[in-house]
Amino acid sequence: MNYENEEFFAPGHGMCAGCAAPIIVKWILKWAGPNTIVANATGCLEVATTAYPRTSWRVPWIHVAFENAAAAASGVEAATRAKGEKLNIIAFGGDGGTVDIGFQALSGMVERGHDVLYVLYDNEAYMNTGIQRSGSTPWGAWTTTSKVGSANPIGKLRPKKPISMIIAAHNAPYVATANPAMFQDFKKKVQKALNTPGAKFLHVISSCTTGWRHDPSKTVEIMRLATDTGIFPLYEIENGDIENMRITYKPKKFKPVEEYLKPQGRFRHLLKNPEYVKKLQEDVDAWWAKYGHHYHP
Amino acid sequence: MKAMIRGNESIAYAFKLARVQVVPAYPITPSTLVPEKISEFIANGEMKAEFVPVESEHSAISAAIGASARGVRVGTATASQGLALMHEVLFIASGMRLPIVMGIGNRALSAPINIWCDHQDSMAERDSGWMQFYSENNQEGLDLGIMAFKIAEDKRVLLPAMVGLDAFVLTHTVEPVDMPEQSEVDDFLGEFKPNYVTLDPNKPATLGSFGFPEHYTEFRFAQWVAMEQAKKVIDEVFEEFEKKFGRKYRKVMPEYTEDADIIFVTMGSMSGTMREYIKKLRAQGKKVGMVKITVFRPFPKEELIEALQNAKVVAVVERNISMGFAGAVYGELAATFANKSKKPKFVDFIVGLGGRDITFNTLESVYKVAEKALTQDVDDVNWIDVNKEAVYKSEGLQ
Repeated sequence: MNYENEEFFAPGHGMCAGCAAPIIVKWILKWAGPNTIVANATGCLEVATTAYPRTSWRVPWIHVAFENAAAAASGVEAATRAKGEKLNIIAFGGDGGTVDIGFQALSGMVERGHDVLYVLYDNEAYMNTGIQRSGSTPWGAWTTTSKVGSANPIGKLRPKKPISMIIAAHNAPYVATANPAMFQDFKKKVQKALNTPGAKFLHVISSCTTGWRHDPSKTVEIMRLATDTGIFPLYEIENGDIENMRITYKPKKFKPVEEYLKPQGRFRHLLKNPEYVKKLQEDVDAWWAKYGHHYHP
Repeated sequence: MKAMIRGNESIAYAFKLARVQVVPAYPITPSTLVPEKISEFIANGEMKAEFVPVESEHSAISAAIGASARGVRVGTATASQGLALMHEVLFIASGMRLPIVMGIGNRALSAPINIWCDHQDSMAERDSGWMQFYSENNQEGLDLGIMAFKIAEDKRVLLPAMVGLDAFVLTHTVEPVDMPEQSEVDDFLGEFKPNYVTLDPNKPATLGSFGFPEHYTEFRFAQWVAMEQAKKVIDEVFEEFEKKFGRKYRKVMPEYTEDADIIFVTMGSMSGTMREYIKKLRAQGKKVGMVKITVFRPFPKEELIEALQNAKVVAVVERNISMGFAGAVYGELAATFANKSKKPKFVDFIVGLGGRDITFNTLESVYKVAEKALTQDVDDVNWIDVNKEAVYKSEGLQ
């Protein structure tokens, strides 16, 4: 069944204009259809879509706490098996709820092999509490807890946690990175994940207009730049076979990282020092030098 | 049918007989045998359930919520640090009104790390919105385990329940129990039909939504009302159980209290020791009795007033301490009587922490202070069987 013309994520929610998370959720639910249950970690998505007595969710939805969406989804899935039913069980978590505080529960869920699709919408900081750095915040980003000043002109001093590689290393049957701005690739991966039994993990980039400090009208453009500069590569890994990962999209000509940094206030300070931009460009080049041969369209 | 089982098995058998469908659990001393036994039941084909071997107690209770929200019967078990790790999620389980049943191997909390019995773990969760039952022996663990489902799932209640069994003293001790037949338990519990909103694609609902100040208090008050309702439902279920299985349960069990000047209040396995000690004192002509608290949440105020109001001294003997105040049971009992014109004198005794044995000598020390309290003032809070001199010295007070 094709449910692309149906809405399972109702409008009228309180997510910011320009936030990518509702785009991600809305389309994943269309591809999953009504035979779906959602478990949601605490975060913007949960807070802004379920202000009692209203809800944006037209599929069954549960929120338990911040760090346990994967565990709650495990329970939903176990009960579904006990009932002898077959459903799409999808967990949504932001980067804080996934790569940091929810990391253990996610690792457990994947190791146990629950038939759940876990979707990380990665806006690269704790946005719900006001832009604090997370394990998924990239090197050089300003946040309210990786501030930029005379003693620290860089911002966050550590690189982003490679969560997709880490989850793939659990021998998860399907792990992919995706970008809603690269729509067909995103759709293919969601559908593939939904059709794969076991614990699937989708790492979806999700721009945050307030935290990344960009014009709300530039959301899709900036997310596209993340991939076209090579900063957020799109790949998939099956059954933990990282050596045979498949890069699903490679720009014909990479754009310089500067183009991605420029429209975002969180990186503005980096542009003052060409060394910082150079470092980021070298990081990206190094990634592609190491993994670029895995591009198999 | 008689069976020889350990206390942990009484919980596992209660789950099996209740036809629990999902058991998410994490091992922890002393309750580990519960998930082991469930795993064994499933492996042998004796029990049809999904066992979820989670990676922490936090995930155990989170998965229990997810499963219960799907409308299946859910049980789990933990103790001590495991229960403490569940802390935030316990409030969510009760706030979401999910009738999960959890066995507790009542064990001390760290530090220092200690695996033996006291009631600090579940006492620390007394505000979590869960009903709390405490077993004196393995038969009670089994019976309360079964009854907990019927009480928790009652439409008037819909609250989760803990069933406590004292670490090692019960969890690891083999005792003979009357094991009910499956058909009897089926008949007693009835087929499980969730009478609450579940996660059902045919009827989508949002569970665990965001409550603003204009609604939050009503959600909390609804839990309060449910706890109040539970008092009545517990009585009904206890009576029905007694008719069917012949074993009598009450929220509080008074013994030798009619003419007693001193009444000891107990919980859990120490009640057996206390009963024997009272028989000894009675033989000496002492007017003493005891009241065993089986249900701590909801707190059985009315029954406790009834049972204790004619005593001169109530000696609360408890295995927990709220630092800077007193034991939890003492505080709640004293508050229960606060507005009564006729009230006994309450004296608190902290005993048996971290598995320190509660012997006749312990109770003798308690009795001496309680007897003194008949005629003169004594300390509110009395630590028994403790080397005070060593502590004072190490704290630089001598």
